[in-house]
Order: sequence, then structure tokens, then C-alpha cells
Amino acid sequence: MHETTLYVLQQLINGLTIGSTYALIAIGYTMVYGIIGMINFAHGEVYMIGTYTAFITIIGLLTMGVGSLPIVLLLALITAVIIASTYGYAVERVAYRPLRGGPRLIPLITAIGMSIFLQNYIRLAQGSRDLAMPVLISGGIEFGDPAVFEVSISWMQLIIWGVTLVAMTALALFISRSRLGRACRACAQDLKMTNLLGIDTNRIIALTFIIGAALAAVAGVLLGLYYGTINPYIGFMAGLKAFTAAVLGGIGSIPGAMLGGLILGVTEALTAAFFPSEYKDVVAFSLLVLILLFRPTGLLGKPEVEKV
Amino acid sequence: MLKLDNVSTFYGKIQALHNVSLEVNQGEILTLIGANGAGKTTLMMTICGDPRAQSGHIAFDGRPIQQLSTADIMRQGLAVVPEGRRIFAGMTVEENLFMGSFFRSRSEASVQLDHVLTLFPRLRERFHQRGGTMSGGEQQMLAIGRALMSQPRLLLLDEPSLGLAPIIIQQIFEIIERLRDEGVTVFLVEQNAHQALRIADRGYVLENGRIVMSGSGDALLNDDSVRKAYLGG
Repeated sequence: MHETTLYVLQQLINGLTIGSTYALIAIGYTMVYGIIGMINFAHGEVYMIGTYTAFITIIGLLTMGVGSLPIVLLLALITAVIIASTYGYAVERVAYRPLRGGPRLIPLITAIGMSIFLQNYIRLAQGSRDLAMPVLISGGIEFGDPAVFEVSISWMQLIIWGVTLVAMTALALFISRSRLGRACRACAQDLKMTNLLGIDTNRIIALTFIIGAALAAVAGVLLGLYYGTINPYIGFMAGLKAFTAAVLGGIGSIPGAMLGGLILGVTEALTAAFFPSEYKDVVAFSLLVLILLFRPTGLLGKPEVEKV
Repeated sequence: MLKLDNVSTFYGKIQALHNVSLEVNQGEILTLIGANGAGKTTLMMTICGDPRAQSGHIAFDGRPIQQLSTADIMRQGLAVVPEGRRIFAGMTVEENLFMGSFFRSRSEASVQLDHVLTLFPRLRERFHQRGGTMSGGEQQMLAIGRALMSQPRLLLLDEPSLGLAPIIIQQIFEIIERLRDEGVTVFLVEQNAHQALRIADRGYVLENGRIVMSGSGDALLNDDSVRKAYLGG
């Protein structure tokens, strides 16, 4: 095959990897927005806390001499999900719920405050320098002509795809089939009516924060291992990117968040392929501006209609 | 069964209900009529706790409910078909109905489902169709069916005839009478005063947030001032 083709193929693979994690984080933005119409700007920080939890768990397990890779990985995922969900729930309970029913701007400002608070809290607790995630998984498969260009898919990338696929399938089944998932959809369509059916909508809202945080934590573990370094500021950029993905796909729409994440990841990777890689953020956020200008409802979003 | 005692409700500084007292008795159809903006919907929503009554007492089965959250009030055995139906347009008929029985057990829900589908055979035909794709009359049937799924003893209906064709209105009112015969108490808010008073056992007239008159359905139907104001002379 031609060199450029192989190169593009490689970037597609990288882009789909990053895109899957954007999609995982974007779910949290989109589900919360879908129900209470607010952007939870502290969501990126919950993702970061997930990464830190995984880091501590992995270091702890390795120090204790637990060497089995599947066990370490699984425990890191489980603890990260539990801790991040707790934070997600606590943020909603403490910072957002008491303000519900007020003007829309107020929870938005609180969310930014929560984001700053959590970032600095981790900075104080864990230090602000970069921490090196232990390399758990290395190697991969390579194909293509070694003389021209070798395309590689690392095991880590395959794990990211696999875990994302499992998490998204579980989410889709939960939302479409389960009783609580149905209640989530009902809340997204008409919160007040759902309340009038005797359903405690505060609990459903808390549940969406927990689900969003859990998926962000999964992304945090995966990306932490993929990039290899973590610091207290990673939540900011990851959060912005995932927010962009959510808007791109249509905020409020779960399939939209999945699609938006993948498109954003691939766009970034392809930009990095042909331009200096610093431009990838420029392109990502230009995409956000263009979407907001020409299709504010996103690719799969529905325009907000006044209910009659 | 339901008793309101001197209930006042405000929207911000604007008082929407002024010391409203009324009573719904077990097994009857009680109707509340009044012009646009009289506060009929506010009264109904105040019973549901949203908005909350600023003063006064609301008791259901003798127990005060005005302090409970909306979700808790709705679990006491009353259900509401709100103004504008508010069905979940993106969900199927089946899903809409099961949202109504969310806090009931699976077996209770399936028994009640059979009952609702017998009352509204049309819903059986549309069972897997999305609510938003149905006609207004079908949506109204769905909204009533959804409310019935929680096996309420008191059904609150807010303008069920609004925007529907006369023949559909006729059907809806027949269903309401049938529900009463089955033992469900009905509190019916209507602008369609003529039809509402005809099926009602008793009625109240609401004007500018105050109850100005009450009596049996027949008595109100024959009252001169009611005829003039609400029945076109």
C-alpha cells in the first residue's frame, strides 16, 4: 500500500482510540444536560479523579506484589468507578441540588467553582507535578511494509476499544431496557410530569450524575494508562474536548455523544497527521464554533420545541 | 376523601388562589368549572404539591399532604392527567403506561395494564407505537391510561376535552363515568362546563382564584348566573 494511505490508517486508529474516550466522558455531559439542562463543568475533574484513583490503586497493588495484569486492571477500574461516582454524586448533592429551580446561570457558575475546587484539592493532596503511570501493557500488532510504513495497533488501544464497546453497550441496554433507564428517558422528556407520576426525580438526576461519573472514570483509567503521565490539570482539557464532542453530536443525545466523540477524535488525529500537531486543538475547537454557528442542535440533537 | 381548607397559592407575589376550601367525596365525580385564568390548573397542581400551598390545609383520607414532596403525594393513591396531556412523546405506548406504574410491583402493573387496555382498546392497537405519533384523542386516552396504571383511588383530570373532536370528547366523558362506576373518585377540571356538569355529581365554580358557588351538577346547570357566564345564556 501507499505510504500516505498507511499513515492515514494509523492516524485513524489513533483517532478512534482517543475518540472512544471522548465519547465516554461526553456521556456525562449529555445525560445531565438532557435532564436538567445544565452543563456540569466539574465533570472533567471527576474524570481526573478517576485517573488518580486508578494510579493510586495500581501503585498500591504493585507495591503489595500483585502482579497479575487482569486483576490489577480490573481493580483499578472498579475503584476508579466507585470513587469517581461518589464524587459525581456528592458534587450534585452538595453544589447543584440546593440551587435547582433557580436561574440557569447560577448552577453554571457553581459548576465552574466546583471544577476549580476539585482541581486544587487534588493538586494539594497529590502534588501538581506529572506522575508517571506504570507501564502495564506494552506491545501490539504491526502490519504493513516495514520498508514503507508500519501500522501498529497497540494492545492498549485494543483494550480501550474493547472496554469502551462494553461500557457503551451496557449503557445502551440500561437506558433502553431497564426500568430505571426508562425513568431517565422520561425525566429527559418531561421532568415535571415524571415527578407527577410519583417518581422521585431527584434520585433519577443523582443516578445520571453517577452514571456519567462512572463512565468518565473508565475513560480516566484507560487514558491514564495510554498516555502514561497524569497531573491535576488533565481534567480541564479532557472535559473541554468531551464537551465539544457532546455539542457536536447534539447535546442531550446519547448516541450523539458517542458519534461526536469518535468524529472529534478522528478529526484531531487527521489534523495532526498533516499539520503540526499543535493545530489539533485549534481544529477541534473551530469545529465547536462551526457547529454552534450552523447546526446548534448538533448532528443527532433535536431542536428544543416549546411544548404545547 | 380529599379536603382543601383555606388554601392560598402564590406565584411570586401574585396570589393565584384565595382561601379555597373544597371537598371531594368518595365515589363521586366532582367538577370545577371556571374561565380561563381563574386558577383551575393552579388549584389542581397545588393539590399535587407543585406549586406548594402557601397557607391552608390539604388532607387526603384525613391525612395532611401539603407538606409532602410531589412524588410522595402522588404515591398516596391519587394520580393526575395534567393540562396538555404531557405524554412522553418519544416513548412507546407501552413505556408510557409502565411509567405510570413505576412504583407498583410488576404483578400489580400487569393486572392494571389489562384493565387499562380493556378500557382503551385503541391503546392495545398502538401498543408499540411512539406516543408522539398518535392523534390528540389517542394521546388523551394514553394520558388517562397512564394515570390509571398506578391504581389511583382519586383521579385528577385537567381539561381532558381540550382540543378534541366532539365525538372523542363524548368517548372521554363516557370513560370518566365508567371509572366512577368502578369506584374511582374523579376530580374534573373543565372549561367545557356544560358537559362536565352533566356527568358531575357536584360542582364548584372558581372565579379569580375564589370559589364563588357550589352545588349539585344539576343545580349549577340550571343556575341563571352559571348559565349566563359559562353556558352561553
